[in-house]
Amino acid sequence: MTTIILYTVLTLSIIGVLSAIVLYFVAQKFKVYEDPRIGQVETELPGANCGGCGFAGCRAFAEACVNKGELTDLFCPVGGNDCMSGVAGILGIEAEKKDPRVAVVRCNGTCEHRPKTNFFDGPVSCAIAASLYSGDTGCQYGCLGCGDCVVACDFDAIHMNPETGLPEVDDEKCVACGACVKACPKTLIELRKKGPKDRKIYVACRNQDKGGVARKSCAVACIGCSKCEKECKYDAITIVNNLAFIDADKCKLCRKCAPVCPTNAIIEINFPPKKVVLTELPVSAPEKPIEVTVPVSAEPKSSEL
Amino acid sequence: MLKSFKIGGVHPAENKLSASKAIEVLALPKTVFIPVGQHIGAPAEVVVKKGDKLMVGQLIAKSSGFVSANIHSSVSGTVKKVETGPDTSGYPKMGIYIDVEDDVWDEQIDRSTELKSEINLDSAAILAKIQDAGIVGLGGATFPTHVKLMPPKGMKAEILLINGVECEPYLTSDHRLMLEHGEELIIGIQLLMKALNVNKAAIGIENNKPDAISQMIKLAYRHTNISVVPLKVKYPQGGEKQLIKAVTGREVPSGALPISVGAVVTNIATTFAVYEAVQKNKPLFERVVTVTGKSVKNPSNYKVRIGTTISELIEAAGGLPENCGKIINGGPMMGKAFANTEIPVNKGTSGILMMPEKESKRSETMPCIRCSRCVSVCPMGLEPYLLMTLSEKQIWENAENEKVMDCIECGSCSYTCPANRPLLDYIRLGKGKVGALIRSRKQ
Repeated sequence: MTTIILYTVLTLSIIGVLSAIVLYFVAQKFKVYEDPRIGQVETELPGANCGGCGFAGCRAFAEACVNKGELTDLFCPVGGNDCMSGVAGILGIEAEKKDPRVAVVRCNGTCEHRPKTNFFDGPVSCAIAASLYSGDTGCQYGCLGCGDCVVACDFDAIHMNPETGLPEVDDEKCVACGACVKACPKTLIELRKKGPKDRKIYVACRNQDKGGVARKSCAVACIGCSKCEKECKYDAITIVNNLAFIDADKCKLCRKCAPVCPTNAIIEINFPPKKVVLTELPVSAPEKPIEVTVPVSAEPKSSEL
Repeated sequence: MLKSFKIGGVHPAENKLSASKAIEVLALPKTVFIPVGQHIGAPAEVVVKKGDKLMVGQLIAKSSGFVSANIHSSVSGTVKKVETGPDTSGYPKMGIYIDVEDDVWDEQIDRSTELKSEINLDSAAILAKIQDAGIVGLGGATFPTHVKLMPPKGMKAEILLINGVECEPYLTSDHRLMLEHGEELIIGIQLLMKALNVNKAAIGIENNKPDAISQMIKLAYRHTNISVVPLKVKYPQGGEKQLIKAVTGREVPSGALPISVGAVVTNIATTFAVYEAVQKNKPLFERVVTVTGKSVKNPSNYKVRIGTTISELIEAAGGLPENCGKIINGGPMMGKAFANTEIPVNKGTSGILMMPEKESKRSETMPCIRCSRCVSVCPMGLEPYLLMTLSEKQIWENAENEKVMDCIECGSCSYTCPANRPLLDYIRLGKGKVGALIRSRKQ
């Protein structure tokens, strides 16, 4: 009885040892060299696999970083500068600093501002609605309100506001991965420089129609009047196809453009409320209205996002 | 047993309300808006400017490429402006606004109602006339007819099929044309046969139009090479591939054109337009439109000048019914809803259907119960439930492998789905994406 057990154990052990030797040589023969830094870089990355960097996932991005050996054009928007300097440390190079960005929705066509002209009864998908027709309002450039951007967001950072029918970005959660930018068939969402204290100022409109047409379909449409362009001292505003655009890199957040906009298409966010100027009116021009004071709340105005 | 295509198909309620109404000529509108992109392919190039005086039938936009078509003025008057205007999709499209003054026709157009039956022109001359007249497929697809009549090198047409199926519910414009202009249609068929150089033609007509069948049989009697094929009523028999299968028994392979099995299909209205263009020198500037709906006071068939707004047609048919929930361009199965009533009739408008709100509203979408009804009704032998899922999940490569591009968008799957799933909407989205993918690969 004991001999049987002994032989069995011995035989199995010999088989095990032989297999181990064979496996060792096979492993040597078919060894694939992998840069150990790839793993290190990968651990440094957030692991969200969102694709915001343009690669298929964090692993693919890490491979790209290590294989390329430099970090120009490679940036993880989720991890930001901290994460990239960590990656650069592993690779022994310098990382380029980039301004943190956040998604903004460039449409302010709420139900109030932009009356509905028809009703879309199809599946709740912006892509489908956009492929069928121009939209349920007079504005062919505006938000369709089906929430493809909400579905695309992996970070729970964008939500539809049922009151306005427009998506709202949660600045705290947004990592600027750009998934919503790709999902929007009307290209309404832009990744914008976050600015000091998250302050931003932008034209919340994409309507390229002529002024009259644009105004007819939406009360807060940009009519391309170029008043803001003239007001801006930093050449940050350009008007192309009847539509103003504020270049976030040139903009100094002076807020001069917002009050001159006749349709309130320019939106200011996270600014302190403007001081109400209640100086004495000049006697010579009593008709002249008091300097326009736009009440802007300190909180991000959700309805204007 | 009557012929039909083999796989799939549905039978929606026919509702041919205007079948007994003779074609009426609609009164001239005050202004028209004629879009320059009324066909598949490149939009035509505008050749008139503001202030120009126009005659009926004068060329106003020239074909700009091989797959494109000429556009002619449908009225006489002055060009008001050349600007963008409304389109079925709601997106503005370039077009020409004309203020109507009188009704002065181009002298070359033969306005007599006399039948002109002798054919003196040769194949090339007929083709040239069809091309000049800007004729496109009037069944709704608006593919330029002259392109269809010029088979690619190495392919030869053997048979001409005339599509008198009109399988869409409600629509009756082709039915009325067959009844009222049967003789002209026979000449049109002969012209097309000569242009294509084929000696065989068949007219496919569904069995729900017995008067049209007997009329066409009577007229085709003297022409041994033209046959009339009565078909079983089944949607989408008017689809090119389905009609070829039903009449000739040949199957067009996936991704191939009908010409690969030697068939060329044209619609009844197109054939009539060919007769008018070749024999009467009349370019395509008017068409028959069915204006119909269950609550419409007076469902009718109107001969309308291209560019007339649909609101005028609706007014003529007794006004917009109170319970109207949707106005559809074409039939209820494949038609698209109009975004407003200021949209002009174009070459592809075969019908204007006003649906009551109750019928037009979609029911709540439920989860797929895997009954596979969509698979059994798909006339192209596809798996709509799978294509929809792939489209929803944005897996375009797999959708391509599952032959999403073969879908003819007939809507049988959505019609039959007991869970009211928007199958066609997603498949159409997938088709667009996969089409773009294939194009990007070619570049």
